[in-house]
Amino acid sequence: MMQSPKKRIVIIGGNSTIAEHCARLWVSGSAVDLTLVVRDRLKAESIAADLRIRNPQSVIRVREAHFTEPSAIQAVADESVDQGGVDIVLIAHGALPNQALCQQNLSLAHEALTINGVSPALFAEAFAGHMIKAGRGTLAIIGSVAGDRGRKSNYVYGAAKGLLARYTQGLQHRLAATNVKVVLIKPGPTETPMTAQLNQQLAPVKDVARCIVDGIDRGKPIIYTPAKWRWIMAVVRHLPRFIFNSLNI
Amino acid sequence: MVTVSSWGRLNSSEHKVRRLFDRHRIVQQLQGRQTGIAYGMGRSYGDVCLNPHGILWNTAQLDRFIHFDANTGRLTCEAGVLLSDIQQLAIPQGWALPVTPGTRFVTVGGAIANDVHGKNHHACGSFGNHIRRLKLIRTDGTVIDCGPNFRPDWFAATIGGFGLTGVIAEAEIQLKQADSSWLEVEVLPYDRLDDFFDLADSSHTDWEYSAAWIDCLSAKNTRGVFMRANPASAAVNQPPPRNRRLSIPFTPPLSLINRLTLPLFNSAYFHINKRRTGRHLAHYQNFFYPLDTVQGWNRLYGPSGFFQYQSVVPCRWAHDAITAMLAETARYGDGSFLAVLKTFGRISAAGIMSFPQEGVTLTLDFANRGSATQRLFKRLDAIVHAADGRLYLAKDARMPRDLFGSGYPRLAEFLRYRDPGISSALSRRLIGM
Ligand SMILES: Cc1cc2nc3c(=O)[nH]c(=O)nc-3n(C[C@H](O)[C@H](O)[C@H](O)COP(=O)(O)OP(=O)(O)OC[C@H]3O[C@@H](n4cnc5c(N)ncnc54)[C@H](O)[C@@H]3O)c2cc1C
Ligand SMILES: NC(=O)c1ccc[n+]([C@@H]2O[C@H](COP(=O)([O-])OP(=O)(O)OC[C@H]3O[C@@H](n4cnc5c(N)ncnc54)[C@H](OP(=O)(O)O)[C@@H]3O)[C@@H](O)[C@H]2O)c1
Repeated sequence: MMQSPKKRIVIIGGNSTIAEHCARLWVSGSAVDLTLVVRDRLKAESIAADLRIRNPQSVIRVREAHFTEPSAIQAVADESVDQGGVDIVLIAHGALPNQALCQQNLSLAHEALTINGVSPALFAEAFAGHMIKAGRGTLAIIGSVAGDRGRKSNYVYGAAKGLLARYTQGLQHRLAATNVKVVLIKPGPTETPMTAQLNQQLAPVKDVARCIVDGIDRGKPIIYTPAKWRWIMAVVRHLPRFIFNSLNI
Repeated sequence: MVTVSSWGRLNSSEHKVRRLFDRHRIVQQLQGRQTGIAYGMGRSYGDVCLNPHGILWNTAQLDRFIHFDANTGRLTCEAGVLLSDIQQLAIPQGWALPVTPGTRFVTVGGAIANDVHGKNHHACGSFGNHIRRLKLIRTDGTVIDCGPNFRPDWFAATIGGFGLTGVIAEAEIQLKQADSSWLEVEVLPYDRLDDFFDLADSSHTDWEYSAAWIDCLSAKNTRGVFMRANPASAAVNQPPPRNRRLSIPFTPPLSLINRLTLPLFNSAYFHINKRRTGRHLAHYQNFFYPLDTVQGWNRLYGPSGFFQYQSVVPCRWAHDAITAMLAETARYGDGSFLAVLKTFGRISAAGIMSFPQEGVTLTLDFANRGSATQRLFKRLDAIVHAADGRLYLAKDARMPRDLFGSGYPRLAEFLRYRDPGISSALSRRLIGM
């Protein structure tokens, strides 16, 4: 009997906890060929070891990369095509900056805008080109509810995530007539190291990952996770400015 | 600050929750001047995993597998891995946890720190008997690798050491061979306590698993249901049954388990099981974890929460002590639905503070009715004390210090291994720091 080829998945920012839990769901479904693209190989190796134990038939690769260098980004995408194309790309990296410090130090603001906005957009662009040629695949990008409306406590991050919303919207328009799907994921605050400093109710990362994997499966254009954020953000986006500006958020 | 409570829901207080993420960075994460305690899934009933207004090191995301050898059944994993994840990983590959408690939603770290037992104590001992190696991280930054044969003193202090010797980062477990996901179960209703003892004796050698439910309202003629099981052979290879998962979505204003409902529950439970008398096959999830099908069942006890009272008494006093405890419970009236009797065998525990010891263990649940419940506990304590027994710390929220002292005579030896940067509500209550 011929074995059906393994689904090929690339995770950009493979050390992300949300992405790690997505990867666990993918390997628990069937054997996959998964590449974790990361800046720090050491950390990724313990994630890869775990995934290999969860599904010994899966192939798990770790690839180190520079995340802000356009040519390095292009190389990551080209390489994955050389290895036989991809079914799913999940772009997951990101870092929550300290808003107050960004206001005082433009290099920090620059760094935050680059890693949360420009870098994921360039990865999306590089993979989109290949996916159009292949005529298949799903390109999923993790944005954030913070990208839906700028607010004083978090607008550097929010603006970068907003960039991703506009970028995916454009890609969705461009690819509407193809079989390639573009998915924007907007998590609410989730239990991962990124939110270690926040003292508020956080969504369990397992639930968020489940929602993302299901949404990618169905090629949903926008995933809010947990789902309640769709309604909360609808209200936040439509609040009149005079009310919004009086809120301390 | 986040409000946290344990399974008994007796109180909920604010904690500074610090999530541990990366086993390579625990040393840094434990640093600080305030004391803390590790918290797994909070499936302990009392205050062993709580530290009101202090730090909780939540281990739930320390949940990676590190190494698994499918030829030998040796598994190394981080301490926050759930027993449910291990079963799911191992059983399809012919291995299973050698010892498992009545819920699969507990962490490896919690299972070690309480040295938990299952229905096969007489055959396999407790969880700690199957640990080959531990990595313990102390709040001063020391990392201690230990096992039954190297640094065995640290190992013996940490197994059953209720989190006080350091934070367990990872553990190596020897799984046992499992040919199938199914068990051959025999259900035997009984209506005298003597019958329980006879059944337990006669099941000792030929049955790996045994435990009995007991109708704690049936005072004199103690009726109950004895269950015993052996792993099924590889020939039994059916798909798992589809279980409906129920959940209790909110806390009722009053305990739904009370003196009006309990006789009905108990009678229904007895008669349903009486109809199932005899042998049948059961999937491991239904046999080991029947309560896991009802999510949040602990809410049924209402906003005041509930106590679990679990004792073990040596065999020579077991009959008398258990008769006496059941009589007290029946007299109290507002007794326990989940009353369980089980014998512990001879295998000695790996930990100096481990709960299991040869004898008979009785588990009773009680809705929290304030001073009336406390008075009952005093009477039960007196029986346990007189019978040279002890109470299980994983379930305890109120034991008096003298009973702790008499039940755990190696306390002084244990305290030499204590990490001064660690403290829990239970340690302050029972040890004073
Ligand atoms: C429905 C139900 C059935 C049960 N059945 C049984 C049974 O049959 N047999 C039995 O023995 N028990 C049983 N229990 C009790 C349960 O197995 C124990 O309380 C177990 O220890 C809970 O594990 P946890 O991960 O929730 O740990 P927690 O309750 O969060 O913590 C328990 C202890 O472990 C310590 N700890 C946790 N993680 C670490 C770590 N990484 N390093 C150091 N210390 C740590 C904590 O500090 C605390 O002292 C049952 C509980 C429930 C709710
Ligand atoms: N957690 C939340 O509440 C939340 C809410 C909304 C959106 N999101 C988004 O969800 C995605 C995943 O985050 P997470 O919650 O899983 O957090 P996480 O576990 O902290 O993951 C973030 C990942 O981004 C990587 N990263 C950060 N800065 C980088 C840089 N300069 N270069 C390369 N990689 C970098 C990190 O790599 P290293 O591990 O190597 O440092 C890390 O793996 C992010 O895009 C985040 O913005 C999260």
